[in-house]
Amino acid sequence: MSAQSNSLLSVADLTVHFKGKGGLFASQPVKAVDGVTFEIFEGETLGIAGESGSGKSTLARALIGINKPNSGSISVRGNTISNFSNSALRPIRKKLQMVFQDPYDSLDPRFTIAESIAEGLQIRNLPKSEIKDEVRALLETVKLPASLATRFPKELSGGQRQRVAIARALATKPDLIICDEAVAALDVSVRAQILNLLQDIQVQTGISYIFISHDLSTLRYISKNVAIMYAGKIVEYGNSDEVLTNPQHPYTRALVSAVPNISGQKGEKFKSVGEPPDLANLPSGCAFNPRCKESLATCSSEAPKLVTTLSGSQAACHLIKPYEDSGFHKGGENHA
Amino acid sequence: MHDQFEEVESSLDSVSLRSRAWSSLKADKIAFASVVIVLLLIFIAIFAPWFAPKKPLYQYPDGLSEIGAPQGPGKHFLLGADQNGRDVLSRLIFGARVSLTVGVVATALASFIGVTIGAISGYLGGWVESILMRLTDIVLSFPILLFCIALIAVTGPSTKNVVLVIAFAYWTYLARIIRSQVLSLKEREFVIAARSLGLTTPQIIRRHIIPHLIPTIIVYSTLGVATSILIEASLSFLGIGVPLPQPSWGEMISEGQKYFQSAPWLLVAPGVTMIIAVLAFNLMGDWLTDLFDTSSMGVKR
Repeated sequence: MSAQSNSLLSVADLTVHFKGKGGLFASQPVKAVDGVTFEIFEGETLGIAGESGSGKSTLARALIGINKPNSGSISVRGNTISNFSNSALRPIRKKLQMVFQDPYDSLDPRFTIAESIAEGLQIRNLPKSEIKDEVRALLETVKLPASLATRFPKELSGGQRQRVAIARALATKPDLIICDEAVAALDVSVRAQILNLLQDIQVQTGISYIFISHDLSTLRYISKNVAIMYAGKIVEYGNSDEVLTNPQHPYTRALVSAVPNISGQKGEKFKSVGEPPDLANLPSGCAFNPRCKESLATCSSEAPKLVTTLSGSQAACHLIKPYEDSGFHKGGENHA
Repeated sequence: MHDQFEEVESSLDSVSLRSRAWSSLKADKIAFASVVIVLLLIFIAIFAPWFAPKKPLYQYPDGLSEIGAPQGPGKHFLLGADQNGRDVLSRLIFGARVSLTVGVVATALASFIGVTIGAISGYLGGWVESILMRLTDIVLSFPILLFCIALIAVTGPSTKNVVLVIAFAYWTYLARIIRSQVLSLKEREFVIAARSLGLTTPQIIRRHIIPHLIPTIIVYSTLGVATSILIEASLSFLGIGVPLPQPSWGEMISEGQKYFQSAPWLLVAPGVTMIIAVLAFNLMGDWLTDLFDTSSMGVKR
């Protein structure tokens, strides 16, 4: 855990609401991301997990400026914005790039591989001769043969396409790449190759990643810290080994126990019942309380705040006795 | 290493569409025939005075028999003469001018309006979309022919008005189709990736949206030429199309059907010509769709 002194990205109280259908029977806004706060240091990987509809992808899209946040702030290297207009977002967007889930859709089928990668370079206004050199260098970085440059995406395998998507993201020289389920569509052997490639690039360039996945073993493998999201909020945050082996929040425990175990042992199962909540009509108090077996009376009236637990991670649950109520999960770093 | 560099280089230049078009034409005889017919029609229409064997408007005394019946196809009048003794072939050739001008110009105008309105409302959404699409719905709710008749009644029959009226009625179809395509295109991951790369909205529309709309635009424009030719013929048939004595295929069919029993060539000649023209435009549209189709993009040479 070396160079982590410099904060790269910090997100404070970020909220993304989608308007409900307009008209006479206007519904409540959908709270896709609701007051999310976290921080990423240079060369670090943050994993984000949670079930479908927990706001992972909306958070990612808000960071690259596709979905406009309603409130909160994003700061990249101390350059803070809280007014999310296009002109304010532009300098930040260049520093953040994204690798998408579906390598069959994230490359324009009409562009050759070289053209797709060059698109990120043209933004930097490089002369044409330099673009060609850079495309070659980027193909080398993602360990693809230069002969693929003239091919179209349909001629490549899923793993190769994902490498092209990584090369395109790297072309803008970003500080952070968001991988939104970037290996979910790949088979297991290819998945490991792509994860290793991402780690190699991180070692070489000191780039940071936000790794969004529902696959907890992938997250534990690649990320230093992990955040568990539920209904648009971070419910648990901390060192990924700690959070995923010693989960504190009942929702995290349910997620972890749902992972199949190769030894076939049936451990303690923390089953959660019911469906993910309707984001336009969240339960009062803790959003997880209707599905939680251990819910208390306060759970349905008061929303829990993130507190530092005895294990050093942070969790938002009334059941957890705070180790030291720092109130802000930066404290987790100090006690780890 | 040097070879690899050249491959990178050549890939950055766009793939030669011309060479793909040529090789697919050589393989597909129907496409080849339709393109030849369309090009021939355009060529004949442009150089009509050189192709027409006789004057289209002149009433030849020998075009009618002693009893006043029109002469059938023969050595003198290749496709026969009409009830006024005019040469049918020459009228068909000059009629091609009118039909193609109306068809192509009206469709080009309709496509331009339709693509612009469809792409803007699809990509921008919000109140812009609401206003433009309600406008489209209003125009779309009129029956096309009745709408044209009403407009012509107001503006008066002339070639220019026929073109404007057809364009004004036809753009709505394209606007709707383009809008729905843009709606799904703008959520595709490669468009979102382009946005996150920092491309501007005009750049994204030009590089990633419009190229994907080309097959649609071509298919509906080609169908549009065929439809416009038919609408023009219908208007001329009803006597409110291109004003007399200018020859047009619809007017020839309208006149010809009166004498169908005694002089069938007056109906058959313009009818068959129009079927061939409409069919050729439709088949050429099919071929162009295949040519631009993404699934065949990867197969080169």
